[in-house]
Amino acid sequence: MTNEPAIVARGLTRRFGRNVAVDHVDLEVPRRAIFGFLGPNGSGKSTTIRMLCGLLTPSAGEATVLGLEMPRDAEKLRRKLGYMTQRFSLYEDLTTLENLQFLASIYSLPRATARARIGRLLDEFHLREIADQRAGTMSGGQRQRLALAGATLHEPELLFLDEPTSAVDPQSRRDFWETLYSLVERGTTILVSTHFMDEAERCHELAILDRGRVVAAGAPEKLMREIDAAVLEIEGAEPRAARAALERNPAVRSVAQLGTRLHALVDPQLADPVQSVADALRAARVEGHVALARASLEDVFVAATRHAQAGQDA
Amino acid sequence: MNRSAASLGRIGAVARKELVHLRRDRLTGGMVLGVPLMMTLLFGYAINQDVRHLRAGVADLSGSQAARFLVADAQATQVIDVVRQARSVDELAHALVAGDISVGIAIPPDFDRRRLGGERPAAQLLVDGGDPIVLGAARTLADLPPDRRFAPVAQHGAVSAPVFELRAYYNPERRSAVHIVPALCGVILTLTLVLFTAVAIVRERERGNLELLITTPVQTPELMIGKIAPYVAIGYGQMTLILLLGRFLFDVPIAGGLGTLYLAAGAFVAAALTLGLLISTLAQTQFQAFQMAFVTFLPQILLSGFMFPYDGMPAPARALAQVLPLTHFLRVVRGIVLRGASLGDVSGEVKALLIFFSLAFALAVLRFRKRLD
Repeated sequence: MTNEPAIVARGLTRRFGRNVAVDHVDLEVPRRAIFGFLGPNGSGKSTTIRMLCGLLTPSAGEATVLGLEMPRDAEKLRRKLGYMTQRFSLYEDLTTLENLQFLASIYSLPRATARARIGRLLDEFHLREIADQRAGTMSGGQRQRLALAGATLHEPELLFLDEPTSAVDPQSRRDFWETLYSLVERGTTILVSTHFMDEAERCHELAILDRGRVVAAGAPEKLMREIDAAVLEIEGAEPRAARAALERNPAVRSVAQLGTRLHALVDPQLADPVQSVADALRAARVEGHVALARASLEDVFVAATRHAQAGQDA
Repeated sequence: MNRSAASLGRIGAVARKELVHLRRDRLTGGMVLGVPLMMTLLFGYAINQDVRHLRAGVADLSGSQAARFLVADAQATQVIDVVRQARSVDELAHALVAGDISVGIAIPPDFDRRRLGGERPAAQLLVDGGDPIVLGAARTLADLPPDRRFAPVAQHGAVSAPVFELRAYYNPERRSAVHIVPALCGVILTLTLVLFTAVAIVRERERGNLELLITTPVQTPELMIGKIAPYVAIGYGQMTLILLLGRFLFDVPIAGGLGTLYLAAGAFVAAALTLGLLISTLAQTQFQAFQMAFVTFLPQILLSGFMFPYDGMPAPARALAQVLPLTHFLRVVRGIVLRGASLGDVSGEVKALLIFFSLAFALAVLRFRKRLD
């Protein structure tokens, strides 16, 4: 198959009144991979996904999805696209089986194909025991498995998952990601939005969104490796006092407390960040042991969003 | 002592919050003033027990001058407008069946002799007995005083029979059930069917199902027809139940063909369901859909001819009534059930219903976007 990107967006923008929800977003989503949108609530993740599936008309910019121009060719995309909405959108008063059979008919699957696929999905997503249970009475994890089964029933090339795991316990979340990897193995391209760092770390590629803009993009390891900050960990008896001392220092971009430890992002231009921070602590008469640490995705996220804020304020 | 003050404070908080809801929901806010305004105007115009300008036909087989005077006198009362001249009593009766007229004046060839003889009524007044208010109005015609311009009548004055013999068609015993039950069929179908579909799409929107549905290959007309289809069967079931109750509890005969009735009713059921569907594409919430449906109910009940005869209403109210599906269906159902009308007799009304259905359907499809913006 073609190796063109599954999604290309240029300057994608969406305004709601005076509020800019998505601000000149450029994207290139490779095929057969999991691409993640990481961002807080209101960062424009859902709005971008909705524009990419042709549900919302962009105020500016353009998007090509599987070679189809959005929103003009939205109808042609329908059969190739599976969409799992943020809110459970199957029918709560229908059973698992009824919901899946309804979707099979809507996608005009031949009867035999539908029966075979529904049977396979029931096994694969562990829905067999709740096949005759109404969706409204299911747990968050069960509903999510049903929703993903529904979104993949017509074997789409492209899958949009809008915060799929927000109502799901950690074990279900792990199983869910296993399923996503096996879908990718079979050739599916997946775009998933999340505000969980651990989940973002599982993606092949990431775009970090903040207030409608892409503030960082790339593979998670690369983002962590090339973080635009020095990451330090400070261990000491008085973390609150140490924190107060560090926050007064202009070279320190952010400080977060993790139990008794402090986690700080520091200006990478400093010649010796460890020494500078240790000096700052000594000047404030606070004891603490300073060491370099490996950047986490959260650090990347904080560094990227702080940066954007600073850039905007300037 | 503070407990009652605290309670008052909480009541105030709830009340203030309620006012904020009302102010934010523009439709509901509009209904606060809109509904009383609209309904008062409608009631004011439509409630008119003093019926005038009933459409009438005349079959004058005598050709006498006295007959022409009689018709002129009848018209002078303003109760009737002669809109049709018939050549025979049969033709007159047929116009009555078709619903073209609601009063017929039949003047026999020996009108002059009868009038002078004074033993028998000189002419016949054929009235659509299906509507008690029309019947009552016609009775005032039958009570017209004997013609003063003809001296011979005055001579026989003391013993003379009334000029008109009143013949109420279709409901000779003048039972109100005969009049009400077929019409009730239309009213009940309107109340239930419009509501069924009024919530159909907006419910999916509220529950979040729509966002998924519009990303599937389902096309808008497919969605709309699929939403209506089951309720057509339900509508027929309801109609059957009402007709059976009417037949066996209230002894309402069905003069026309059942096949004819079911065929013609299909157009009405489709029109009512599509009206609901249109509401569903306009409303943002189920509550708004209920409100809008309610706003269409009162005019249909008041102006359709269910409560007051169509002919008695002023022109603006009649014009509005022509747009409402129930108006046309009442003519259809009364025509077929009471007067034994054929499909041909009511084809104009069926056509109107089909036009309403087509326009409302097209509007609903246009209003509905497979988009969220």
